[in-house]
Amino acid sequence: MAENKGVLVLCETKDGKLASISTELLGGGRKLAQDLGQELAAVLVGSGVGNLAQEAIAYGADKVYVVDDPLLKDYQTDSYVPAMEKMVSQAAPQVIIMGQTSIGRDLAPRLAFRLKTAASMGCLELSIDPSSKKLLQTKPVYGGNAQAVFSTESFPQIATIRPKAMAPLAPDQSRKGEVVKVDAGLDAAAIRTKVLEKVPEKVEGIKLEDAEVVVSGGRGIGSTEGFAQLEELARLLKGAVGATRPPCDNDWVPAGAQIGLTGKIVTPELYIAVALSGSSQHMSGCSSAKTIVAINKDPEANIFREARFGVVGDWKKIVPAFTEKLKELLAK
Amino acid sequence: MNMIVCIKQVIDPEAPPASFKIDPSGNKVVPPAGVSPVVDPYAEYAVEAALKVKDASGGKVTALSLGSNQLRDIVKKPLAMGADELILLEDEAFDGADSWSTAYALAMAIKKIGEYDIVFCGREASDWNAGQVGSGIAEILGLPSVTLAEKIDITDGKAKVQRKTDEGYEVVEISLPCLITASNEIGEPRYPTIKGIMGAKKKEPVVWKPADIGVDAAQIGAQGRHTKLVKLFQPVREGKCEIIEGEGPEEAAANLAVKLREVKVL
Repeated sequence: MAENKGVLVLCETKDGKLASISTELLGGGRKLAQDLGQELAAVLVGSGVGNLAQEAIAYGADKVYVVDDPLLKDYQTDSYVPAMEKMVSQAAPQVIIMGQTSIGRDLAPRLAFRLKTAASMGCLELSIDPSSKKLLQTKPVYGGNAQAVFSTESFPQIATIRPKAMAPLAPDQSRKGEVVKVDAGLDAAAIRTKVLEKVPEKVEGIKLEDAEVVVSGGRGIGSTEGFAQLEELARLLKGAVGATRPPCDNDWVPAGAQIGLTGKIVTPELYIAVALSGSSQHMSGCSSAKTIVAINKDPEANIFREARFGVVGDWKKIVPAFTEKLKELLAK
Repeated sequence: MNMIVCIKQVIDPEAPPASFKIDPSGNKVVPPAGVSPVVDPYAEYAVEAALKVKDASGGKVTALSLGSNQLRDIVKKPLAMGADELILLEDEAFDGADSWSTAYALAMAIKKIGEYDIVFCGREASDWNAGQVGSGIAEILGLPSVTLAEKIDITDGKAKVQRKTDEGYEVVEISLPCLITASNEIGEPRYPTIKGIMGAKKKEPVVWKPADIGVDAAQIGAQGRHTKLVKLFQPVREGKCEIIEGEGPEEAAANLAVKLREVKVL
């Protein structure tokens, strides 16, 4: 039997706190650790991140590894991979989970290859096979047309998870856990990259990925002015505006509004899809929305197979009337 | 600049979702009848990235593609777009590969090519969406890498890469040789020109077999997999869309608003 034991969650930080993806992974990791009858560990990698160990414990970790080094201040492949390699060889986990973030997407595959094991990227679900006790990794493939369940023969089994695919536990500040410091053992000369600057995206209003309501438009919207109508509806619902690829290519909306396999992934409570057909490319960015509402003039459009509620007709007549009625209802 | 771009022939991801079928064996996809395969759209961004560097700094672009039954008219597209050479790793022994066996075979071919400054890959491929081959090649070859590139500038023998992040972007300086994966923000892949298409017609790809690149047979194709496909399935769509009606679109719209309030979605 393998000697690798336990579940390890890579915790990312944001604005001096655990990132929301990391609390989600601790919640999901807790369940996996229980199913394995093993321990849940967290690892904090960075510079000056040790003070977050208790927070990781509160969110479910039994043990927290802290790899703290000034060379780990910015994410760089050449610093994070060896630091994680060293930490993983010490902790010898069975499972490592990371977020499908700009860090996880770079770190997980390279770390997997270094450790001569494999990763599954962008998983929606993880579970433990009751008989083999191996990690089963479910992820969308073929642009969301299908899903695949993968397992790996080698340890550790590594997976990245999409944001909002797992739920965080309510933090319990009284939980106790062990904190272990690991020396990163880095050689500055071996880091072949340098981060010159970091530029945050300018977002007006609510960030698309954080919005509870997303109003999305497709090619059928036809113009910047058309999208202004969707913005009015989004503002009313305190949501954000998204789009399929054609409106972005035509500059009716900024490129950052694109939702889909080549754009952003959103998981709002409500997704209002207007004048978009519902291609699998697009749906793979929004199919995890809790409720999808479709407005489209083509009753055969694929979006009606994905939606819970729909109206067939011209969006130019439907959206203003829908917005007006909602204003009236929400004012009550 | 000597550049190598890894590409791939895939089932057209833009084919209608209704044409998508899984083989009864439950471990592969049936190519839809009457729909021609294409060069993976993600790989086309990588070709575009390499051609942009070539436009700015000059150099040679070699496209490298792995698979069996590669249709020449399809995989020649990078040549038509402006690449200089095409190498095909073509053999049934490469079939059934996962990210591991793919990255290994490509890395061995890149080693054989020998001279290169930048290796480009797409950020993932549109079939298995694995997103690992680029990083895997870099690891096998011991190269520094930057993933999710939006923009690349070459100055003083180094590359400055604008990398997409969750917050926006960062600018990373990286020494050469290196590996870069391209994100779609790199810009729309250029259309082949007539001249490019004519030129590509006349150019024959170089074909390499496993023995030509000195691979260990146990590490390629299905044999070299590190992952096991347990199950492949199409998620069942509930298909229970409730169509809200009304006397005309405005009334239907108002009824939709009422309905969403009723079911407490809003």
